[in-house]
Amino acid sequence: MEDCLAKKMEITVSEAEKRTGRNAMNIQETYTAYLIETRAVESQSEGQCVPMDSLWRRYSEFELLRNYLSVTYPHIVVPPLPEKRADFVWHKLSADNMDPDFVERRRIGLENFLLRVASHPVLCQDKIFYAFLTQEGGWKEMVNETGFQLKADSRLKALNATFRVKNPDKRFTELKHYSDELQSVISHLLRVRARVADRLYGVYKVHGNYGRVFSEWSAIEKEMGDGLQSAGHHMDVYAASIDDILEEEEHYADQLKEYLFYAEALRAVCRKHELMQYDLEMAAQDLTSKKQQCEELATGTVRTFSLKGMTSKLFGQETPEQREAKIKVLEEQIQEGEEQLKAKNLEGRDFVKSAWADIERFKEQKNHDLKEALISYAVMQISMCKKGIQVWTNAKECFSKM
Amino acid sequence: TSLAEVNSFSPSVPISPSSMINQYKFEDGPELRDLFITVDDPESHITAIETFITYRVVTKTTRGEFDSSEYEVRRRYQDFLWLKSRLEEAHPTLIIPPLPEKFIMKGMVERFSDEFIETRRKALHKFLNRIADHPTLTFNEDFKIFLTAQAWELSSHKKQGPGLLSRMGQTVRAVASSVRGAVKNRPEMFTEMNNYMETFSQKINLLDKIAHRIYKEERDYFNEMKEYGPIHTLWSASEEDIADSLKGIASCIDRCCKATERRMAGLSEHLLPILHEYVLYSEILAGVLKRRDQIQGELDSKVDALANKKTEKDLVSEEIGKLEDKVERANNALKADWDRWKQNMQWDMRSSFTNVAENNLRYYEECLATWESFLASQSVDLHVEEDAEERP
Repeated sequence: MEDCLAKKMEITVSEAEKRTGRNAMNIQETYTAYLIETRAVESQSEGQCVPMDSLWRRYSEFELLRNYLSVTYPHIVVPPLPEKRADFVWHKLSADNMDPDFVERRRIGLENFLLRVASHPVLCQDKIFYAFLTQEGGWKEMVNETGFQLKADSRLKALNATFRVKNPDKRFTELKHYSDELQSVISHLLRVRARVADRLYGVYKVHGNYGRVFSEWSAIEKEMGDGLQSAGHHMDVYAASIDDILEEEEHYADQLKEYLFYAEALRAVCRKHELMQYDLEMAAQDLTSKKQQCEELATGTVRTFSLKGMTSKLFGQETPEQREAKIKVLEEQIQEGEEQLKAKNLEGRDFVKSAWADIERFKEQKNHDLKEALISYAVMQISMCKKGIQVWTNAKECFSKM
Repeated sequence: TSLAEVNSFSPSVPISPSSMINQYKFEDGPELRDLFITVDDPESHITAIETFITYRVVTKTTRGEFDSSEYEVRRRYQDFLWLKSRLEEAHPTLIIPPLPEKFIMKGMVERFSDEFIETRRKALHKFLNRIADHPTLTFNEDFKIFLTAQAWELSSHKKQGPGLLSRMGQTVRAVASSVRGAVKNRPEMFTEMNNYMETFSQKINLLDKIAHRIYKEERDYFNEMKEYGPIHTLWSASEEDIADSLKGIASCIDRCCKATERRMAGLSEHLLPILHEYVLYSEILAGVLKRRDQIQGELDSKVDALANKKTEKDLVSEEIGKLEDKVERANNALKADWDRWKQNMQWDMRSSFTNVAENNLRYYEECLATWESFLASQSVDLHVEEDAEERP
C-alpha cells in the first residue's frame, strides 16, 4: 500500500465545463470536459505553495481508460465509472446529462474513480493511467498503440464459455451468484429509495401551502394573527428544508450505485475465469482426441467410428508410409498440445490465485465502504429528525399563542 | 314484528364524561356543566322500503326541567336534520352548529362504510354537545324533546310543527327580501362581519384542502416506506460482515414507518374533522348574516311603504315598532353569538394545530431515538474493529 500512487500524488477532478466541438463524424456536439489536477505530495511539505498540474478530459476518455484497464488486468476487480446517464431519478432531478446537479455528481464520481485506481496496489503502477493524469496530448494514440482492443474477448465467446464450461472453480460460481444478487438488490433498493424521496418531498412541500394561507388568514384575525403569521413562517422553513436533505441523500445513493456497478466488474472477472477454464477444457479435450487418433493409427484398431475409418474400409487402407507420416504429424501436435496445456494450466492457476487475492481485497473494501455508507445514512436521518423537531417545536409555540 | 332487521356491526364506543371535558371548551367552566350527551352504537335497520342507521343518544343531567336524570333514545340522521331546522327557525340569528353532510362526494367512502358511519357519529356527537354548551340553545324545548322522547313521541311531535308549506313561505319571503337591497342599511359592524366571513370561508376551505393533501402525501409516503425496509433485510441474506448493519437499518425504517402511521392517524382524528366542521360553520355564518339582513329588510320595506303613504299610517307605525324591536333583538343575539363563536373558533384552532405540532414532534422524536440507538450499536462494533486494526 505504501507504493500506491494515491499516497504520492494529490489527484482531484476540480471543475466541469461545457464545451462544443466537432466529433469524429464532423457533427457539432455539446459535451462536458472535466479538469484533472495533480500535484506531487512531497512538494507540499516544503511549505511552498506549488501549483497543480492540470489537463482536461471528457467522459469518453475515462471510458477508454477503463476499458484498457479491464482488458489489461482481467484478474483485477476494476473500479467502475459513475453512470453515463442519470438513472433512478425521482421527479425533481432531471435525467438530462447537462443538468448542473448531475454534472456535479458526476465530477465527484470521476474523482472517486481516479482515486480508487490510484490506491489500487496493481493498477496504480500502470503507465497509461499515469499518462492519463499527466499527459494532455497524444494519450489516445498511446492507448491505442498498446493494441489492447485485440486482447479483448468477444462477448459471444464469453457467453459461449459460460454455458459450456464443465468444471469452473466453485468459488467463482458462488461469486457470480453473489454479484447477481448484489446487483439485483441494490437496483431494487435504489428504485424504492427514489420513490420514497419523491413522497417525502411531497409531504414537506405541501406544508409550505400552510405558510401562505396562514399569512392571508392572519390579516383578518386580531388575536390569532401573530401566532398564525409566525407559525406560517415556520411551515415555510419546514417546506424548504427538504431540498438540502434530499440533496445529501443523493450522495448516499451514489455510494450505493458505485457498488451496483462494481457488481458488473466482479462478474467480468468471473467471466474471464470461465473463458480461461473453457479454453483449458477444450485444449485438454483436443489433446485427448489427438492422442486417441494416434493410438488408433499406430495399432490399426478403430475403436471409435470415424469417417476416415469407413472410407479406408470402403476404398482400401493407406500405405504404411502414409500412416507413418500421419503419426509423426500427430505426435508433433501432441507434444505442442501438451506444452500448451501445461502453460494454460499454469496460466489458469496464476489467474485464480491473483484474482482471488484481489477479490479478497475488494470484499474488505466493500464491507468497509458499505458499512460507512449505512452509518452515514443513519446520521442523515438523525439530522433530518433534529431539524423536524426544531421546526415543530417553534411552530407549536406559535400555535399555542394563537 | 316488523320487517326491520336490527344488526349492530360496530361495538359501541363509550365516551367518558372526562374525555368530553377535554374536547370542548366551556365558557362557564366544567364544574357548571349539567348536561352530558353521548352519541354511539350505530345500528343498521333494514326495512322493505329503505335501509337506515340509528344512533344511540344517551343523556345524563341534573337539571330540574328534566323529569329523569338519565335518558337513552335512538335517533336517525333525519331526526338531527329536523332538530337543526327547528333551532334555525326559533333562533334565526344564532349560529347553530353544523351537521355532517348527507353525502360525501369526494373520496370513495361508501354510504354505509364503517369509516363513513364513524365519522358521522363523531360529528353528530359534536353537534349535540355544542348545542348543550350554548347558553341559549341548551334550553330549547325541541332540543329537550329530541334528547328525551321515545321514537313514537318524537314522530308525533314533529308532525305538530309548522307545516312544510309555511316553511316554504318563509323561504320565498327570505329570497325575495334578500334581493331587495337589504345591504344598503346594514350597520357597519355587520358589513365587517360579512367581509370577515367571506375571507374566513375562503381560507378555511383552503386549509381543509391542504390538510387533506398532507394526509394523502403522508399515506403515500407510508406505502413506499413499507417496501423500503424489507429490501435491506433481503440484502442482508447475501452478506456476512454487513448483515447486522443492514438488518439494523431495516428495523429502523420499519419503526419509522409505524410512527408515520400514528402521525397520519392523529391528523385524521383531530385536525381533519375540526377543519371540516369550520368549513361547514363558514356556510352557517353566511346564512346567519343573510337572515339578519332579511329581518332588517322586512323593517326597511315597511319603512319605505310608510314613506310612500301606501297604507294606513298608524297601523304601519305600530308594525314598524314591532319590527324595530325584532331587528334589535336579532342584531344583539347575533353580535353576542358571533363573539362567542369567535372565541370558540380561536380555542379550537389553537388546540387542533397545537395537536398537529405535538403529533409531528412525537413522530420525529420516535424516529430520532430509533436511528440514534442504531448508530450507538454500530459505534460499538467500530471500536472493536479499530482495536483489531491497531494490533500488529
